[in-house]
Amino acid sequence: MAALGSPLRTLRGLLRELRHASGRAGRPYRDTPAYQHIVAAFRANRVTSEKLCRAQQELHFQAATYLCLLRSVREHEALHQEYHGRGERSPEEVAGLVGFRLPQQPGGKG
Amino acid sequence: MFRPCRRLLCARRPLPPPPPAAAGAARGYAPPGERKRFYQNVSISQGEGGFEINLDHRKLKTPQAKLFTVPSEALAIAVATEWDSQKDTIKFYTMHLTTLCNTALDNPTQRSKMQLIRAAVKFLETDTVCYRVEEPPALAELQKNEWDPIVAWAEERYNVAIGSSTSILGPNIPASTKDTFVSHLASYNMWALQGIEYIITQLKSLILSMGVIDRHITVEKAVLLSRLEEEYQIQRWGNVEWAHDYDLCELRARAAAGTLFVHLCSESTTVKHKLLQD
Repeated sequence: MAALGSPLRTLRGLLRELRHASGRAGRPYRDTPAYQHIVAAFRANRVTSEKLCRAQQELHFQAATYLCLLRSVREHEALHQEYHGRGERSPEEVAGLVGFRLPQQPGGKG
Repeated sequence: MFRPCRRLLCARRPLPPPPPAAAGAARGYAPPGERKRFYQNVSISQGEGGFEINLDHRKLKTPQAKLFTVPSEALAIAVATEWDSQKDTIKFYTMHLTTLCNTALDNPTQRSKMQLIRAAVKFLETDTVCYRVEEPPALAELQKNEWDPIVAWAEERYNVAIGSSTSILGPNIPASTKDTFVSHLASYNMWALQGIEYIITQLKSLILSMGVIDRHITVEKAVLLSRLEEEYQIQRWGNVEWAHDYDLCELRARAAAGTLFVHLCSESTTVKHKLLQD
């Protein structure tokens, strides 16, 4: 089995990611179906009489995978905005980077 | 580091207006290729074919205008969360689960199940973890320590012989190995196969994909093993955030989306309530 860590940590991480991903701040993130589904699933699988419960581990793996998905999508988007989201600079801006100004050509380029 | 200098040097000019929006984007302005978020609420409903996503009162459709239905409720919830987490504009490149569902529903390349399986098993001949280098010795050692256990696991789990090779032609995979994998993959349904083939294409390795689908390794670990040489070079020469971390996050997102998709498409959950006996 994969080394997953504690389920509590996964759950906390998931809830944090859901809070970040709540989009339009109309409804609180507790109302979203994702939150309710995850909390219900964790609660349902909490009590088990077996020491090595296969369904529990499967669910934990799924939760960890979903956490990885949410976290990496958010980080990827942040990196994209930071480094690749600005688009190209206009010629005026490029000239301005080194202190030049493009010449004014009222008749258009020759 | 250069950003404060740039503000000093050039006058603050607004960016020139991008080309006029295409006829389709009627509401407000969004650059062509980006749509504004036009819905307030995302919800799920159950239809005849499965679960559907509702954006306000409209039903979500695939790019080929079919109704978007998924067989699993958890998958529908995850897709709805993807749509719900879009802020002002809809960024399709972040919505991996939606893309996977669309591919499974539309099957734009029109591949049959056998073609998908053959494409997946063909990857074994060029599997990343089977391709070893001879130098630098530190990298060869790292590959041996990290990749040998996972190859050994796959060989034991599926009772096949895979091996690894340093030649440019790659390992020689016996036909019995390929047949074993073909018959194993045939036990998955069409949707799960689309997901499996997606993971293999992203991780560039059949063995790592099976490792993550069988829950032997986590997605982060599989991504690390897939990018082993890059990680080695990063440790040697340094990390470039806008390239390395960007690629890492994107690969993690896609691999995690594929894995979750496969698991949610091929599972059936039953809850057995045992009575407490005291």
